[in-house]
Amino acid sequence: MELGPYLILASLEGAVTAAVLALTAVGLSLVFGVMRVVNIAHGEFFMLGAVIAWWIAHSMGGHPALGFAVALVVAPLVVGAIAVAADMTILKRLDYDPERTIVATIGLLYIIQQLTLMTYGPEARPVEAPFNTRLAIPWFENGENGWQMIWPWGLGTTSYKLAVIGAAMTVLLGVWVLMKRTRIGLVMRATQTDREMALAFGIPVERIYALVFGLGAALAALAAVLIVPIQQAHYLMGGDPLLLSFIVVIIGGLGSLPGTVLAAILIGLSDGIISVFFSPTLAKILATLLVGLVLVFKPGGLTGSSGK
Amino acid sequence: MLQLDKINSGYGRAQILRDLSLTVESGEILCLLGRNGAGKTTTMKTIMGLLPLMSGQITLDGQDVGQLPPHEVPRRGIGYVPQGRRLFTGLSVAQNLEIGLRTRKSGQDTLEEVLTLFPRLRERYRQRAETLSGGEQQMLATARALCLRPKVLLLDEPTEGLQPSMIEAIRQVIVQMRATGVAVLLVEQRVDAVLSVADRVAFIENGQGGAVVPAETLRQDHSIVERYIGV
Repeated sequence: MELGPYLILASLEGAVTAAVLALTAVGLSLVFGVMRVVNIAHGEFFMLGAVIAWWIAHSMGGHPALGFAVALVVAPLVVGAIAVAADMTILKRLDYDPERTIVATIGLLYIIQQLTLMTYGPEARPVEAPFNTRLAIPWFENGENGWQMIWPWGLGTTSYKLAVIGAAMTVLLGVWVLMKRTRIGLVMRATQTDREMALAFGIPVERIYALVFGLGAALAALAAVLIVPIQQAHYLMGGDPLLLSFIVVIIGGLGSLPGTVLAAILIGLSDGIISVFFSPTLAKILATLLVGLVLVFKPGGLTGSSGK
Repeated sequence: MLQLDKINSGYGRAQILRDLSLTVESGEILCLLGRNGAGKTTTMKTIMGLLPLMSGQITLDGQDVGQLPPHEVPRRGIGYVPQGRRLFTGLSVAQNLEIGLRTRKSGQDTLEEVLTLFPRLRERYRQRAETLSGGEQQMLATARALCLRPKVLLLDEPTEGLQPSMIEAIRQVIVQMRATGVAVLLVEQRVDAVLSVADRVAFIENGQGGAVVPAETLRQDHSIVERYIGV
């Protein structure tokens, strides 16, 4: 068997990882960029998205696509609302102090995690994908009858995985349009550049912060809803996305959205390919090594203009 | 008319301003003069609500603005040109001005007026703010504040580090603003620049208000300036 089909498979798996990772990391990056808050609880917002998606799909019944569609809209909204509440009751009172918010979000992490354990329980529960057609991966082989297309046995992906990639790209495009082409995006970018001057020009910074924190959490929740038919919902599932998001955000350049997406693709694809050919642990080792190298040689990230 | 009545303010526990009182009339340029660290910038930040008012009162046309949340202060008509310009970098000239226009929902006519005052900005309209020259950046910082059709304009060292032609251009605009009835509070280090535009000069020392004298008096007698800021 040739290497080609396996490479395609690994790239597809990597692209799914990259898509979900990009959504999660962009949420983290947005919050850090605009608010200068390092949100350690970001992974728990991801987990909440998955758990709420299971809960909705479970209690709705009927065709799986129906429950999933509702979850896709409701879970990010609920998680976003929880994040806004956390912002207004906790972060705002700490005056968004960079160090104290780190401690506060660590606390938030445990509160969300343990509350989920107490209510949802320790089980991992699946959500059925709305559609899940198996697609074989085609390959070309030079056989007896010259070049022909074959479908190597056992190698395939699903229509749902392709849809995850498409959905993530659409949402990321939406975030880009929001930031670059709308008034609220302009206000967010002004707040990001200079909080004090934003205030001096009538921008209600506290409201913008609440909105951004909610949006960041909602993006993580959305990513989780997309991945939960592939991965299952579990109360400890927030750890990996948090770590990988931090890796991606640091490599991409703190607060830079294009850099974050680029780094997510880099880390996601390499994670997929290395996991298939070698081992998932090696993929994590290499990603962490890359972060170290970036921090040493290019502290501003790959797209960062300076080490500021 | 902007009035500060015995205001006390500072950073955290470090109090800078002590019982400072000032009045800036509409259509006048009041210049705040004092040594480094005397509290000039602190005064401006306190007016903008960016530093907490420990006690005292700030009123604009008789209305209390000292107790407002910071983002409401500019909406009452106070335009701020901070030291070091502090433009929204990464945003274009047009977008910087849009932020200013949105503060008080000013229309396109305001934008036109401002661009007429600073034709250079029209040429640079789509450029990013940080790619402008120092003088152009100062123009943009001033234009951004004018976009909210201010009743009061606070200018913190607007001519710092600029070439003479740019200083003159900024000065012209300040004088024009005075003519339209804006109350201008100006912080400036260079005494000659102050005396050429100011109507009155207020001295500030260790966060406390000193003498307030007509600029005309100072133009005739420099000794009082030297007493406050020394050379």
